[in-house]
Amino acid sequence: MYVAVKGGERAIDNAHRLLATKRRGDPAVPEVAHAQIREQLTLAVDRVMTEGSLYDRDLAALAIKQARGDLVEAAFLVRAFRTTLPRFGASEPVDTGAMQVARRVSAAFKDIPGGQVLGPTFDYTHRLIDFLLEAGADIAEPATAPADDAPMPRVTDLLGNDDLIERNPPGDPDAPVGDLTREPLDLPADRDLRLQNLARGDEGFLLALGYSTQRGFGRTHPFAGEIRLGEVELEFVAEDAGFAVPLGTIELTECQMINQFKGSATEPPRFTRGYGLAFGHCERRTMAMALVDRSLRARELGEEAKAPAQDEEFVLMHSDNVQATGFVEHLKLPHYVDFQAELALIRQMRREIAERQNVAPREQQALPEAAE
Amino acid sequence: MNAMISTATPSTAYNFAYLDEQTKRMIRRAILKAIAIPGYQVPFASREMPMPYGWGTGGVQVTAAILGANDRLKVIDQGADDTTNAVSIRKFFEKTSGVATTTLTADATIIQTRHRIPEKELTETQVLVYQVPIPEPLRFLEPRETETRVMHALEDYGLMHVKLYEDIATHGHIATTYAYPVKVEGRYVMDPSPTPKFDNPKMDDCAALQLFGAGREKRIYAVPPHTSVVSLDFEDHPFEATKFDHACALCAATHTYLDEVITDDAGGRMFVCSDTDHCEERRAEGHRGDLLGEAPAAIAGSAA
Ligand SMILES: [Zn+2]
Repeated sequence: MYVAVKGGERAIDNAHRLLATKRRGDPAVPEVAHAQIREQLTLAVDRVMTEGSLYDRDLAALAIKQARGDLVEAAFLVRAFRTTLPRFGASEPVDTGAMQVARRVSAAFKDIPGGQVLGPTFDYTHRLIDFLLEAGADIAEPATAPADDAPMPRVTDLLGNDDLIERNPPGDPDAPVGDLTREPLDLPADRDLRLQNLARGDEGFLLALGYSTQRGFGRTHPFAGEIRLGEVELEFVAEDAGFAVPLGTIELTECQMINQFKGSATEPPRFTRGYGLAFGHCERRTMAMALVDRSLRARELGEEAKAPAQDEEFVLMHSDNVQATGFVEHLKLPHYVDFQAELALIRQMRREIAERQNVAPREQQALPEAAE
Repeated sequence: MNAMISTATPSTAYNFAYLDEQTKRMIRRAILKAIAIPGYQVPFASREMPMPYGWGTGGVQVTAAILGANDRLKVIDQGADDTTNAVSIRKFFEKTSGVATTTLTADATIIQTRHRIPEKELTETQVLVYQVPIPEPLRFLEPRETETRVMHALEDYGLMHVKLYEDIATHGHIATTYAYPVKVEGRYVMDPSPTPKFDNPKMDDCAALQLFGAGREKRIYAVPPHTSVVSLDFEDHPFEATKFDHACALCAATHTYLDEVITDDAGGRMFVCSDTDHCEERRAEGHRGDLLGEAPAAIAGSAA
């Protein structure tokens, strides 16, 4: 049997080999190990885990290496891997109130029970390129303090105790857990699915939308009630065991925005909530997510919805960067069959116009001749 | 002839045809529903696939769900088997399922396609799987899914007729040359995926089952065998398939869809069949176009 190697196939193989070479870069420079990415590019790893919807630091680090540092491509690799994983069920809701806090700030109160904990933050650094890093300077040991068992209640819970902020609806343990990766998104979507969509949405898209609400496109008067970063315990109820089994801990960032109050003639006014949650340390993302979450509640809260960030269909259908990059970049694929159909039509239309114009000038030329 | 039939050994790291059986069952249910309601877009829980959205993830999922060990798969893009993306998808199924692949239209049991319908008439034993980017024919008239869903439910297609009429008023023609809307079995207006309107008549009363998969948009729809598919038009502006002024430069066919190939920077061009298998078969039968023998091998293939 004759099997031809066709041009396209050889070109693809060669392109992949070249890609591998480019990925490696100058062979005189040591190859970066995925453990180095995992340990030293942690914020990139966190973003890829979050947008990839899979908590696995090693996998995300490897994906970043494979993607040559393209984080959207890395999230895509993680998502495609996620597709092949069996689904055992849903974990118990995590209790962020019981978080082992590494960082926790509130912009709404000067001091809060448990205190403000700055933790590892760029916030008060001067953004000066540090040339010492290039030389690999030794770093000082971080300051430590004895572990404090004092509870760190969420700021929104403190407000809730005074009935000053809307109550979160009570959870229904028997309700199915919405999951837009297992059921196609149906609009209008409930808040759980909206939050899931935002949690794995593109950070740049969320940031721009959140920013737009601050500039008047769907203003929500937000205060950063609390941002907390730390580890929480993950539990899973195994049907055989009949009780919750701890699976381990994951690192989360949570942002609770406190927004403009709502009330009525009969209801006392209360602040409203916007919520953000992400794997790892993702403050920008969770803050933007909380702004957009609150904006998307316009309909529910009886607000006029006309800004992009309030438009559920617009936001939810365009937030996913794996979808977006695929469809934008697919324009690279050949479209010559369709383009040919357009060429045929445009040529026909131009021919018809030319024919009409060729008739008209001849008629005009006939006039002066007649006058002579 | 450079047609090929080959078999491969499947990779054992993944399930047959990549998707797990649970996911395949979910997709098959959507396909059955789609067949039961011709032209209706059935939502399905599309998965992230190892190729990007826009590269045919919907078609790949449909193919993965219906593929059996005894199938012979053909994959085309722009009508050709050796387009890079067709090569990549064919390799994907060779690797993950080990099924036999073929470039011969007549030999294939499943044909996955992007942008074309093969020239050779399809049969009852074949399934044509389309890769669909935007399944909603009304999308560019109404961007909201919530609105278009209602329009389909009410069979309210006035907007589409207004658009086609405005085309005629502005251009003297219906200025839609591909993704030309059709009405299926007298009920649902459907996007035939961006196939050129040249291919629309092939969909009508087609003997093969036609399945459409849109991965990013999470929709599957279908045209069962021997179903009526009518291109929308007006009495005084009837639908007309694109016609070419040329014959294929390689096989002299006068009834096929042609690709225009620019051969130099002095306006030189040639027209060749977009369906490479069909063109090769005709040449093997002895049909000879004007430029056969002169055309570069990249265009003519090894059969030239
Ligand atoms: Zn030909």
